[in-house]
Amino acid sequence: MSEAKGMNLTLKVWRQKNASDKGKMVTYQVSDISPDMSFLEMFDVLNEDLLQKGEDPITFDHDCREGICGMCSMYINGKPHGPLDGTTTCQLHMRNFKDGDTIYVEPWRAKAFPVLKDLSVDRTSFDRIIQAGGFISINTGNAPDANEIPIPKDIADEAFNAATCIGCGACVAACKNASAMLFTAAKVSQLSMLPQGKAEKKKRVEAMVAQMDEEGFGACTNTGACSAECPKEISLEHIARMNRDYLNAKLTSDNV
Amino acid sequence: MKLDAKIPEGDLSEKWSKHKFNVKLVNPANKRKYEVIVVGTGLAGASAAASLAELGYNVKAFCFQDSPRRAHSIAAQGGINASKNYQNDGDSVYRLFYDTIKGGDYRSREANVHRLAEVSGNIIDQCVAQGVPFARDYGGLLDNRSFGGAQVSRTFYARGQTGQQLLLGAYSALSRQVAAGKVKLYTRTEMMDVVIIDGKAQGIITRDLVTGKIESHSAHAVILASGGYGNVFFLSTNAMGSNASAAWRAHKKGALFANPCFTQIHPTCIPVHGTYQSKLTLMSESLRNDGRVWVPKKAGDKRKPNDIPENERDYYLERKYPSFGNLVPRDVASRNAKYVCDEGRGVGETGLAVYLDFSDAIKRDGEDTISAKYGNLFEMYEKITGENPYKVPMKIYPAVHYTMGGLWVDYNLMTSVPGLYALGEANFSDHGANRLGASALMQGLADGYFVVPYTIGDYLSQMPYEKVSNDHAEFQKAETEVRERLNKLLSVNGKKTVDQFHKELGLIIWDYCGMSRTAEGLKEAKEKVQKLREEYWTNLKTIGTQDELNITLEKAYRVADFMELGELMIDDALNRNESCGGHFREEYQTEEGEAKRDDENYSYVAAWEYKGENMQEELHKEELNFENVQLTQRSYK
Ligand SMILES: Cc1cc2nc3c(=O)[nH]c(=O)nc-3n(C[C@H](O)[C@H](O)[C@H](O)COP(=O)(O)OP(=O)(O)OC[C@H]3O[C@@H](n4cnc5c(N)ncnc54)[C@H](O)[C@@H]3O)c2cc1C
Ligand code: SF4
Ligand code: FES
Repeated sequence: MSEAKGMNLTLKVWRQKNASDKGKMVTYQVSDISPDMSFLEMFDVLNEDLLQKGEDPITFDHDCREGICGMCSMYINGKPHGPLDGTTTCQLHMRNFKDGDTIYVEPWRAKAFPVLKDLSVDRTSFDRIIQAGGFISINTGNAPDANEIPIPKDIADEAFNAATCIGCGACVAACKNASAMLFTAAKVSQLSMLPQGKAEKKKRVEAMVAQMDEEGFGACTNTGACSAECPKEISLEHIARMNRDYLNAKLTSDNV
Repeated sequence: MKLDAKIPEGDLSEKWSKHKFNVKLVNPANKRKYEVIVVGTGLAGASAAASLAELGYNVKAFCFQDSPRRAHSIAAQGGINASKNYQNDGDSVYRLFYDTIKGGDYRSREANVHRLAEVSGNIIDQCVAQGVPFARDYGGLLDNRSFGGAQVSRTFYARGQTGQQLLLGAYSALSRQVAAGKVKLYTRTEMMDVVIIDGKAQGIITRDLVTGKIESHSAHAVILASGGYGNVFFLSTNAMGSNASAAWRAHKKGALFANPCFTQIHPTCIPVHGTYQSKLTLMSESLRNDGRVWVPKKAGDKRKPNDIPENERDYYLERKYPSFGNLVPRDVASRNAKYVCDEGRGVGETGLAVYLDFSDAIKRDGEDTISAKYGNLFEMYEKITGENPYKVPMKIYPAVHYTMGGLWVDYNLMTSVPGLYALGEANFSDHGANRLGASALMQGLADGYFVVPYTIGDYLSQMPYEKVSNDHAEFQKAETEVRERLNKLLSVNGKKTVDQFHKELGLIIWDYCGMSRTAEGLKEAKEKVQKLREEYWTNLKTIGTQDELNITLEKAYRVADFMELGELMIDDALNRNESCGGHFREEYQTEEGEAKRDDENYSYVAAWEYKGENMQEELHKEELNFENVQLTQRSYK
């Protein structure tokens, strides 16, 4: 465990001073990395080192370090969140790498996610998609008793699976078209499955899809890369459900 | 300064309804003439911002993360309490009230706690209506589990990620109000100071974390929902960015800080394993529903857990507390883990761990059932430790988790500064000296959805519609001070990094003001912290400028405040010559090693007033009056 021999690694990391800087890959060496460290702890060690040498530490987003806030977002060796399936960057541990490895680390790349600095990108486009309709319109205090509407367990469970999306954006980073379908579909699907969300079903899907397009996310060509790289393993089923909802809404839409 | 908690007159169960009737209202058409600032978009902040906007107020909401959905509340795992009594097991508003008062070791206000229990059911209704997918049974109705300190099942949950689902619910309500133009959202924006004009909070100063731009925002009232201060300890289960600066700035501007030494050490966390470690990971208390805590009977037993026969194991919680067993409150469970480790019976490489064993539950219910309840927690455990908890018992150890202390607030959730409110973990209100599991989510949402929307009207109705201008001289002055403080941090030019200082501070507080405390140790700790703080301002190493995204500067700013708050925690622990809940002074214990309160002398809220740089803070006491429950030695036997 922690006494195990440390690893020596070569890191090639994207450095970009700010949104208007061109940016480039920079090479760093780290040594004596414990296999029990998380990937971000390895970055902490590197950053301490840089600061001691009077160099600017690498900016990267992170907060919970428990795989739930969706803040961490590194593109590691050509994969969002790195090599391990169903795992966020912060939950990736160094025991998944070998002594002597070279690791490439880049930010998410998508037009709708502009780089702010180094590995940190602006994902407010996701917030705007939710603002367009990712809610059920109920004011505080208006709710009926929680057990008034029983929800069959299988529907509740399926809605739950959709609701586990952490809004990290790996699906967009994984997609060659930088499409946000999986993220958008997860929310649309969660709410349209539940009885509480049915009233606004049509309006919601139209508004959210329109916002997604407006933000500059690409079209979905069904490659499935999003779901394969999603740390929460959100299923492609939700995209299919959203497509059905969308078609249905368009066929019967009042907003033509 | 005279502390007035403004607790309404009358019967406990009628105080809140009467108060709601008595507060002044703002006419619906006039609400849009008022602007409210909400700092924080966790459960407390998002629910408050959304509810106030729905009422018609104009709201500005701030958070330092890139999205409101990422507030630390997202990480809450186990569940949220409510006295719905859906299980028909004898729960009631009064029982939830009583359990919370007792769990807090009789150091919280009866009236506040009763109100919390009263609105708890509405919270569940509200969340379900928003589409929060709580766990359900096969009949399609809501399921419950048990949490520590209670003998009824009143905890609603969404697998092991209840906080996520509740926050996404509040975030969706907030997003709806953003779309409606009632909430203006400022992400990656940090509040740097509160601005007080004519004795009232009338705005804040912020820093755009991407560009470094300093800005003034004026408003009719300011709500702080900025979370707790567990990260004073460096290692805690809090998110990396969680910090105390918003609350601490308010404190330095006159808001009293209450019971800072009441911190919660959670019994079930993944043990520390290296000096590079950046944070600790909680394993939800809900696991104690099915997991059994044990250590070997013999000290120094190095056998693998599965090689230790049943009769050589000590299920010490079940042995000492037969009626609550593994579900004793957190402070009791943590202290007992420390005791067995101190006796040399701790397990794992460091000897600072105990087992949490699911083998009996798996035998009884099958792996599928256990995985449906805790699957994501087991996975998280395996990712971090590389061990499979379905096969080998988990190793766990206590870690800093939650802070009961916080800004002092009255019954209306207003701090001692008029117009400045504090909600959620940022205030001190409902949990006394120990918070029961699944009660923080309840309190945050109660404050935001159901309390402040009523109480703030009482204050706003007395304010003129015209708000102060944000180029008022006080704003200018505050902006200058912020810039100067940042420059000062950038110009120390020393040799030690912020993290090095933060780790040192955390160790001092953990060693002397953690799970157990002594007067002697606390005095030593105070000197150490003072020295460290002096060194901070002469030997800190930072880099870059304040006009850019500067992660080193952000941390440096927050840690400077942790240093000052850490010292106040020590003062408070030293002042409280008793043990209660999470505050355990070794000098004050019963023969069985339980916390021994001194109700005669310490049945009060300790509210501290800032007196100026390097000055001893002044203590104000709010006496606690118990009219409904009888104070007894807490027993979970
Ligand atoms: C791992 C873990 C598990 C938990 N599990 C449970 C559980 O199962 N049940 C339970 O009841 N409780 C649980 N808790 C406790 C509970 O999650 C927290 O107490 C609660 O969520 C706090 O909510 P809050 O809204 O007060 O603050 P937070 O969620 O911490 O939000 C703080 C907000 O303030 C903002 N902020 C802070 N400072 C500034 C500033 N200067 N400027 C601008 N914005 C600022 C942040 O950006 C954030 O939006 C858990 C806690 C942890 C750590
Ligand atoms: S769908 Fe998956 S990859 Fe996309 S934002 Fe959600 S959790 Fe991240
Ligand atoms: S830091 Fe929160 S998901 Fe990785």
